[in-house]
Amino acid sequence: MFRKKHYLALGAVTLVALLIFSLPQREVSRFKLAVGGLFLPLFGLLNATQQLPGDAATAVLPRRELLKELENLHRENQQLRVQELQAAAIARENNQLRALLNRQRQMPWKLKLANVVLRDPANWWRTVQIDLGSRDGLRENLPVLTPDGLVGRVSSVGVTRSQVVLLGDPNCRVSARVENQAHDMGIVSASGPLDNALVELTYLAGGANLKPGENVVTSGQGGIYPPGIPIGQIVDSRPVEFGLYTEARVKLSAKLGGLEQVWVLFP
Amino acid sequence: MNALNTTLILAAAFLAVFGEAAFSVLRHWLGAQVDLLPALMVYSALNTDIVTVSLLAVSGGLWFDALSANPLGASVMPLFAVGFVIYLQRELILRELPFAQFVLGAIASAVTPALTILLLLTGGQEPLFGWGSIWQWLVMTAGGAVATPIVFEFFGWCQRALGYQPRVETSFRPDREIRRGHN
Repeated sequence: MFRKKHYLALGAVTLVALLIFSLPQREVSRFKLAVGGLFLPLFGLLNATQQLPGDAATAVLPRRELLKELENLHRENQQLRVQELQAAAIARENNQLRALLNRQRQMPWKLKLANVVLRDPANWWRTVQIDLGSRDGLRENLPVLTPDGLVGRVSSVGVTRSQVVLLGDPNCRVSARVENQAHDMGIVSASGPLDNALVELTYLAGGANLKPGENVVTSGQGGIYPPGIPIGQIVDSRPVEFGLYTEARVKLSAKLGGLEQVWVLFP
Repeated sequence: MNALNTTLILAAAFLAVFGEAAFSVLRHWLGAQVDLLPALMVYSALNTDIVTVSLLAVSGGLWFDALSANPLGASVMPLFAVGFVIYLQRELILRELPFAQFVLGAIASAVTPALTILLLLTGGQEPLFGWGSIWQWLVMTAGGAVATPIVFEFFGWCQRALGYQPRVETSFRPDREIRRGHN
């Protein structure tokens, strides 16, 4: 009887695991979101806890400091307004030139701010969870960035939160272009598990002449990422497979280790 | 084992998984996150019944996978395999010794991620894997080893604080009373 109970437990756990593995992908995603939903009360608690030090600091900050900060922000706001006017003029001119060349008009980016609430507990994936979901209009494969550069893309969407797969994860590959004279194209792919500031740029043309410090941006191919989003800078390059193609290491512009807020880009 | 212990273990697993996802101080400093589920599994396998071991494997594994990019259920079987083997051998283990707990925690924390990676690779997944993974594996092993005696101490304290205390027997026995004043 004692041994029978062991084998019953073994059979039951194996059955549960097999049942989950054999479910259709859509059902598994729903089930995963439902299980993840159990953590929702803790998300709220965590947010409240994280806001506490900030609120306390604001409460004790002297009025003079706040006024100084406000003045700086006013000045910065005015500068940005002037830059916006200039950018709008450039965009108008760009659209006119594109119209002359019969090329599609560039649409302005629509961005939505999200907070990073959780990181992947497993060491072999590079994903984070953000506090926007389908009720905020999110859907799969939307690009995610910071003011410094590209971060990744939305990989799965729940009602109130979504999972973002970061650059350097094997499931996040980006078509990229080096900003040099040859406009070398490659694929940003997975890097080592330890350093999340470096990624590999692979499938560059054989004999590509890359120099350290050259900028790497999204190429716009692949249909997910619009062109021109900064990814990082070339660190070094080496020929692979007897010079058949070239690989380069790229230092990411966005700091993935300390992500707190990100922007989701809507087409 | 009573239901209180099972509830406490499951609650600890739930909080451990959330903590691993919410706080990344260790990941920031050591380059790897320590998983506390194997340490909890060692405690569960040595001190509770097979039902609790199974419940911890299923619910802990599902919670972990729900917050991770793992396919759902990928962590269940590795956790259960470790717990099941320890459970079968538990009569031979000196479970009260912190050193034994430390060694078992190290073994469980080393085997669980290795089995999970193996399962992922078998399933056609491409997890991040390289020379740096050896360092992460060592950090997870050492972290799990250190955490296991702490888990035992914590649950021991919970049992003393919340569980029923054993009744203390007195040495008085009426049949052994010395009667005086009789001829």
